[in-house]
Formats: sequence, structure tokens, C-alpha cells
Amino acid sequence: MIIYGTALLAVCHLLGIFLGDLLGALLGAKTNVGGVGIAMILLICARLWLHKRGLMPAQTEMGVGFWGAMYIPVVVAMAAQQNVVSALRGGPVALLAAFASVLVCAGCVSLINRGERPAPESDADAEARVATQRA
Amino acid sequence: MLELLEKTAKHNGLVLAFALVGLVMIVSMQLSRRVTFGRVHGSAIAILIGLGLAYWGGIQTGGQKGLADVTLFAGVGLMGGAMLRDFAIVATAFEVQVVEAKKAGLVGVVALMLGTVLPFIVGACVAWAFGYRDAVSITTIGAGAVTYIVGPVTGAAIGASSEVMALSIATGLVKAIMVMVGTPMAARFLRLSTPRSAMVFGGLAGTVSGVSAGLAATDRRLVPYGALVATFHTGLGCLLGPSLLFFTTRALVG
Repeated sequence: MIIYGTALLAVCHLLGIFLGDLLGALLGAKTNVGGVGIAMILLICARLWLHKRGLMPAQTEMGVGFWGAMYIPVVVAMAAQQNVVSALRGGPVALLAAFASVLVCAGCVSLINRGERPAPESDADAEARVATQRA
Repeated sequence: MLELLEKTAKHNGLVLAFALVGLVMIVSMQLSRRVTFGRVHGSAIAILIGLGLAYWGGIQTGGQKGLADVTLFAGVGLMGGAMLRDFAIVATAFEVQVVEAKKAGLVGVVALMLGTVLPFIVGACVAWAFGYRDAVSITTIGAGAVTYIVGPVTGAAIGASSEVMALSIATGLVKAIMVMVGTPMAARFLRLSTPRSAMVFGGLAGTVSGVSAGLAATDRRLVPYGALVATFHTGLGCLLGPSLLFFTTRALVG
């Protein structure tokens, strides 16, 4: 039944958000700490576990797959209810932050993929270099 | 007649939102195919239209929730609200193939970590440079530089203002579009030729739509590898954004 998949997703979602809130309370943050991420990991684990036992028929998978496919439309609806008017008054923050981070990441991709001696700028770079050589 | 139509729309807000977003998607897919010849992914155009509608709604009503403030389109607020949004994001984790992901190995993990932390630092620094001094705003904008999902998820978790959330989404969106358009052009510089290089790219660039569209335009065979790692990227960002990165930022700026 298709609802089994959606129900599985719902249980993982609720559990993840709950654990996130719990973690937040434990850390004294009064916020949800990574609830969505925890829910994702739970779903991945649940899927592996159910798959091994053959408890994951195609119908059930569709119950999750549908919501995964709704991701972009929901994001579009989310975008449509943001305070864009105020954001535009914020000036070129978005443009600059995006451009700079794309440049930094592109440099990193190029560096790692070359696997050559990168400039020893930081520990992270050195780590990446070591990892590249090992791989 | 018109009154009846309005009543139908108002009483079925969420259903109207489904129809409206579907319409936006059709228009975007056509624009993507016919105007940009597939260079800019339809989803990116759809989000741009969404932001445009939010702008229109903001101008019309003077409110803070974009199109959702227009009474007729209040259902958009439900569809794009935190509940359905998180539900859909969690569902995308279902497509992750753990066995395949293991092939990315250590270099994939390193790329993922770098791909979350580096854009965050860059975004946070830009936010600081533009006069944002509170940890919540700096973290949210920094998280937006990771992806346009991580930004609002982080912002919602730590209680950012709608204005900062919009900025953060805009940042992630601009980044996604830059990745989509720039990847085919920079493919040689990025050494994008093997599955491993695609995984490194997916981990560092992060944005799933940007990575999948960019790789599709470069070499179709590389798409699953890049998208696979990029899917983890959103999860990792959502995990680290409101926790480790927020606490670190708060410790730094007080």
C-alpha cells in the first residue's frame, strides 16, 4: 500500500524532528538541532533495513518517492512566500556571497581533481590533498 | 459567477497552490527548453518565478510573507510552509544509494565537509561585511551560501527574520544558477571527466539542482555520481547549520 511508504516517511520525519528538539534542549539551544538531517539518516537506515528483509515493495517506495519528487514544487511555493521586497533592499549581499563561494568551491574542486601540490593554505587543504593521494 | 469562483479558490487554498505551482513548473520547463536551450534548469527558473511572485505579493500587500499574504493565494503558505517543506526534503534522502556512496570514499567525505564549511565561511564573511552583526543572521546567510535549502532550514531552526531568510534563499539560488550555467564552461578547469571527479564536484558545489543540471550539460554519464554526493550535502548542511556552525558563529560574534 502506498500509504505505508508515506507513513514510514512521516514516522522518520517526526522522530527526526523530535530527536532534533531533544538534542537542542540538551545543548541548551532551545532550537531544533539538525532534526531534518537526523530524519534523513533515519529514512536511509530504515530503507536499508526493510530492503534486506524484502519489506519494501514498489508500491511502498512510491509513497516516499512522490514526496521526494514534490521537493522542487514545495521549494517553489516556499520561495513564493519569502520577504523578497526586504531582501532586495539588503543590496548585493546575495550576489556577492554566492559568487565568492562558487569561486572558492570551484578552486577547491580543481585543486582536488588535479591531485597535485596545492598551496599549503590550511589544514583542510592538506587533508584534501592527502585524501586525493590515498584515493 | 466570479464570486463563486473566488469562493472555490479561497476554500481550497492548498489545492489551488498545487495547481498554481504546477502552472509555474510548466512555464519554467518550457522557458528552460526554448529560451535557454536547457542551460538553466527548469527548477531554477521556477524558483526565480516564485521569488518574483513573492515580490509582487509583497508590493501588493506590504506584508512579509510574499504571495501568501494575498488572500486568494494563502494556500501557498501552507504548501511552502515548514511542515511540508521538511517532509519533502526528508523524502529526497530515499534516493541515496549507500553502497554507491561508499565508492566516493574518503575524498567524497572531505569534499562534502569542505563544500559545507567553505561556502558557509564565505557567506558569513560577506554578511559580516554588509553590517550583519548578530549570530542568527550571519549563520542564516552563511547557510544560504551552502544551498537554498540549508539556508531557510537553518534560519527557521534558529529563528531568523523573514528578510534574512529571503536573502539566504536568494544567495543559494544565485549560487545554484551560477553552478548550472558555469559548470559546462568550467568543466576543463574543474577536470570533470571521471565519476570520482564528479563526486568531488557534487560534494563541493552541493546544490542538487545546480549539480545535476550542470553535469547534465557537461557529460550525462556523470550526473548520478554528482547528484548522489550532492544529496548528502543538503543533509549535512541541515545537520551542521543550526548546530555546530551556529554555535561556532555565536562563539565568535557573541
